[in-house]
Amino acid sequence: MARTLSAPVTVAFDYTRSTGPVLGRFLTGLRDGVVVGARTSSGTVVVPPPEYDPVTHEQTTDFVEVSSVGTVTSWSWVPEPVKGQPLDRPFAFALVTLDGADTPMLHAVDVDSATDMSTGMRVQVRWAADRVGAMTDIEAFVPLREDPPAAASTVGTEEATPITGVITPVSLDYVYAASPEESAFYRGLAEGRIVGQRCPACRKVYVPPRSACPSDGQPTSEEVELSHEGTVTTFCVVNVPFLGQKITPPYVSAYVLLDGADIAFLHLILDIPADEVRMGMRVKAVWKPEDEWGTTIENISHFSPTGDPDADYETYKNHL
Amino acid sequence: MRDVAVVGFAQRQMKEFDGSPTCVELLVPLFAECYEQTGWTRKDVGFWCSGSSDYLAGRSFSFVQAVDAIGVTPPVNESHVEMDLAWAMYEAWIKIQTGEVDTALVYAFGKSSAGVLRRTLALQLEPYTMTPLWPDTVSLAGLQARAGIDAVLWDETAMAEVVNRSLGDAEKNEYAVRKGGSSVEELLARPMYADPLRKHDCAPVTDGAAAIVLAAGDRARDVRDKPAWISGLAHSVDPMSMGTRDLTRSPSAAAAAAGASVGGVEVAELHAPFSHQELVLRRELGLADDVAINPSGGPLSGNPMFSAGGIRIGEAARKIWSGEATRTLGHATSGPALQQNLVCTMEGRA
Repeated sequence: MARTLSAPVTVAFDYTRSTGPVLGRFLTGLRDGVVVGARTSSGTVVVPPPEYDPVTHEQTTDFVEVSSVGTVTSWSWVPEPVKGQPLDRPFAFALVTLDGADTPMLHAVDVDSATDMSTGMRVQVRWAADRVGAMTDIEAFVPLREDPPAAASTVGTEEATPITGVITPVSLDYVYAASPEESAFYRGLAEGRIVGQRCPACRKVYVPPRSACPSDGQPTSEEVELSHEGTVTTFCVVNVPFLGQKITPPYVSAYVLLDGADIAFLHLILDIPADEVRMGMRVKAVWKPEDEWGTTIENISHFSPTGDPDADYETYKNHL
Repeated sequence: MRDVAVVGFAQRQMKEFDGSPTCVELLVPLFAECYEQTGWTRKDVGFWCSGSSDYLAGRSFSFVQAVDAIGVTPPVNESHVEMDLAWAMYEAWIKIQTGEVDTALVYAFGKSSAGVLRRTLALQLEPYTMTPLWPDTVSLAGLQARAGIDAVLWDETAMAEVVNRSLGDAEKNEYAVRKGGSSVEELLARPMYADPLRKHDCAPVTDGAAAIVLAAGDRARDVRDKPAWISGLAHSVDPMSMGTRDLTRSPSAAAAAAGASVGGVEVAELHAPFSHQELVLRRELGLADDVAINPSGGPLSGNPMFSAGGIRIGEAARKIWSGEATRTLGHATSGPALQQNLVCTMEGRA
């Protein structure tokens, strides 16, 4: 058995950004099949255009259309492309100085092998069929053919509005490992047990367990099996619908202080009208059928009132 | 300026850490080592600062969880940077300079192996024209390496010489995850990976953590006979765009070196995650031929994200503590292709 439990996790978010006038001009150009650079105060044409002049710090305004043909000034072979790169087969990243520009831009070159690449080689843009005003409107560069490159497909009048924003999807894949203490907790759940850890210094019991006591910084070495009953210390009535919600509001999320634990943990309180849930209420874990158990907190469906008298405030006031 | 010294250092480096990316489990014993070196308890530490990134951990607020390793009763004076340990140390050094505290413990951690490191690092790039292409770290370094090869500033042999020396020196480093020198000829006979880079030209993906202890004046003298007094500490940054920089140079490294006064150093620990970058740094820092470079084996033998720059400072400080050198420097880098650089010079005093 591995020391720790792990599972794949994907963290994803679509970043929505306004472009401002300079990058907007550049990306509008890409959508329309034209590469746009800018002339700086020193007279050099830079692609993509810098938002502010590197010397005067004035906003860039002198835009220049440059060629879609250029020269490779440096390159690096990509033998194992990663997700999201311009090509999903081996290719080269290259710095390409387009004709009419003085500085190179970074993009991909689509060739079969590193032997097809050389510094100084001439390349041309291969435009994406569907262009939206993004860096990926250039699919890749390809070696320059004998005949002049075809112009990008023309843009309809309905697309004549300038680009003012981009959406950049970011998605990262991880193998997320639980700590050894968290792993013991999840393995316990798979056996219908709730396992916490005790701090050797202050004797407090944490559930879910932590690798070190946040109060003392000591490793929590001692495993403690906890009761399935506890006390509601505080709670909130969820009335607001949200994406991914599994229960119809209103319902109650509560901190439950299990008997024998020193820190409450968050779970659902069901089997009682939301407006009758109260601080001090005694509750017990309601487990799903055993054949549905895994190494997950979802083995506990929810907490339900025990019907016992409420706990005295004194018994949980230090755990709020 | 207050006299501040590096008086403690601990590290862990490994190929793959079988544990949570919060790294609490790694940090607790690191702090214990720092307490043992200094004779302090956590209550002697005036300021804490950590370096880490949620993008690396794959979870939000990973640095908050890491604070568990300190223990915060009574409350601690604490901060965080999404940067290498060296920059966390810079913040702590400033904090000590303000006079608010006399001591600091800075730490950093990262589990690079949890994701695809070279891809994750694309998120530090310009988000409109670079990140959408997901330029990986290795490719960006490859563009830089070729620029220097084409300009005849270095060649594959010079790069292999850096690797060979590093992996040979790494044999003495218990934390190195890649070690074992062979010969320049043998290294050059190995296949290209990301042409012009071979795999050994690229630092290995490394998990790990490290901690550095700073103390001012008498607090430092109380800890060690030969504290590593910080004689200069400076950092600087170049533009991010790969197209508007001369990739064969690193003006920010030269500026940091000038700010930290690197003259006369005997040992330089350079954070060059790619072999050719050591050649860039030696030029920009103006290091003489007799300066010992990366006697620890350097980042080509182990490069834990967020710790590796600080580890360079820790390794350089150890040379002062042991009396092997009287003047050393540690360097840290961040960003693509040596975009951002920090230099810390240290000296022993009679």
